[in-house]
Amino acid sequence: MSATAEAMAPRAAAFSPIGDAVIDCQLQKVFYGDFLAVRNSHVPIEKGKITGFIGPSGCGKSTVLRSLNRMNDLIPSFRFEGHVKYHGQDVYGKTVDPVVVRRYIGMVFQQPNPFSMSIYDNVAFGLRLNRYKGDVEERVQKALERAALWKEVKDKLNKSGLSLSGGQQQRLCIARAIATEPDVLLMDEPCSALDPIATRQVEQLMLELKERYTVALVTHNMQQATRVADTTAFFGVDISGGGRTGYLVEMGETRQIFQDPQEELTKQYVSGEFS
Amino acid sequence: MSDIDLTSRPQESQRLSLERRPFELRALTSGVLTGLTWGIAILGSIPLFSVIIMLVAEGGARLDIEALTALPPAGFEMGGGFANAIIGTLVMVAIATAISVPIGLLAAIYLAILDPHSPLAGTSRFVAKTLTGFPSILAGVFTYAVLVINFGYSAVAGGVALAVLMLPTVVLAAEESMKQVPKKMTDAAYGMGCTRSQVIWKVVLPTGLPGILTGVMLAVAGAAGESAPLLFTALFSNYFMSELMEPTASLSILIYNFSSMPFDNQIELAWAASLVLVLIVLVFNILARLIGQSKV
Ligand SMILES: Nc1ncnc2c1ncn2[C@@H]1O[C@H](COP(=O)(O)OP(=O)(O)O)[C@@H](O)[C@H]1O
Ligand SMILES: [Mg+2]
Repeated sequence: MSATAEAMAPRAAAFSPIGDAVIDCQLQKVFYGDFLAVRNSHVPIEKGKITGFIGPSGCGKSTVLRSLNRMNDLIPSFRFEGHVKYHGQDVYGKTVDPVVVRRYIGMVFQQPNPFSMSIYDNVAFGLRLNRYKGDVEERVQKALERAALWKEVKDKLNKSGLSLSGGQQQRLCIARAIATEPDVLLMDEPCSALDPIATRQVEQLMLELKERYTVALVTHNMQQATRVADTTAFFGVDISGGGRTGYLVEMGETRQIFQDPQEELTKQYVSGEFS
Repeated sequence: MSDIDLTSRPQESQRLSLERRPFELRALTSGVLTGLTWGIAILGSIPLFSVIIMLVAEGGARLDIEALTALPPAGFEMGGGFANAIIGTLVMVAIATAISVPIGLLAAIYLAILDPHSPLAGTSRFVAKTLTGFPSILAGVFTYAVLVINFGYSAVAGGVALAVLMLPTVVLAAEESMKQVPKKMTDAAYGMGCTRSQVIWKVVLPTGLPGILTGVMLAVAGAAGESAPLLFTALFSNYFMSELMEPTASLSILIYNFSSMPFDNQIELAWAASLVLVLIVLVFNILARLIGQSKV
């Protein structure tokens, strides 16, 4: 084997989940234009669990996450080799409509991004989009309750979503995402713009959410991964080829990743030797 | 100051002073320049206020119910008003808005979202910017050549001429305010499973609406005061309009006609009509500001 081929080979034994994988994500190569952003990453997302993505910034966590619901389609230079299967169906299949994919696989972003409309309309947005026939009011209340925001906003549902504090806005975005009961929820550093108290509230919320949904969570914060993730995927950056290419170093049960890492790089990262 | 010595107490004479020193050169220059700015600002507003004061003084006296409800007087007649001109102006501005807003919005959607970097978009943007400084009489000549020659003078032709003038303002304002909608908001919409047209209609347009309406109101205010394009298109009429395809009165043309007549009555009415026109423009400007402020 040549040196480069060795570097390209997956280092750790592939992780296979114990339960059902809702999403089976096999990214051989992900490009932005000519730039190879991610390679050799097999990241199965297990049903009813929280899968955490950790790793130094720029290692491709967001790229992998956004490829799961085809949000990367919005970036013209994006292309990839590999496959993403959702319940066995190819997410990037020729006949697949990305709009439909995103209705099953919802997303919460790093920056709270409520729409410039009332709190109520924000949460009802997805229901109206899907022409929900049932009681919209009831679903809105339920979503806000689950997002632990109902008590704070129940008297001002007609106020603009943008009038809330950062932490409340993020919980509003979570309520908006779960109102339509998506199957999988992707969360990209949902707490990075929040203070510690709001962060704990959102973490508590994630633990409750996994009762009903499958969650994939990108976090820059290792403590957060240990607090909420069942499974953790650690990504590293390979600078050997002159570029900065992210790849999956190791994936496993969160406790194993933090207490008994199999890879030297993982050991260094979780012990805080680099970040 | 890096040479402050904290180890020994300074002498009284060299102690660091934070007191204000009004006669230092820096303070004096600042005072003089501030005064100058004030002076120039007041100077600049003198013409503006004189016009308004004169309008109120000259036009206010004749601004009564009769002026607002009666038809224009003929020759030596006394009394009369300009009700038909008020109606004509409002109708033609409404026609112009009904034409320019939909077209302008669609053009702005193309420019801001669908294909911002295409050669067509670049050209349209350039043309729109050029047209904002277009002599308004040319809009009248253009409409004359296209419509009036075939269909005669009419409120519709007047509306079209005003629409030509409003269009660039509407397009540029709408494009600008749609571009202001943060990307994270459109990302959220795509993430919810919106198609591109749903993103535009449900998120980008509502979010940019205050800015769009501000632009529309400013364009309306500008169009309401125009006279040159109407001269070639709507002409004038001494009667209430009965249909859209006949010559139609407008405030600006009435002012133009009456102010050059040798009759005191007509000249007074021209003043009163000017005041009404300014008030109409003012109302649209205030609306534009109010809507603009409601932006979140
Ligand atoms: N839209 C884009 N266009 C070009 N390069 C991008 C784009 N988004 C991300 N990248 C690059 O891809 C790599 C991975 O980025 P990202 O997935 O955001 O990493 P992370 O989320 O782990 O910080 C980075 O080197 C980044 O510069
Ligand atoms: Mg990221």
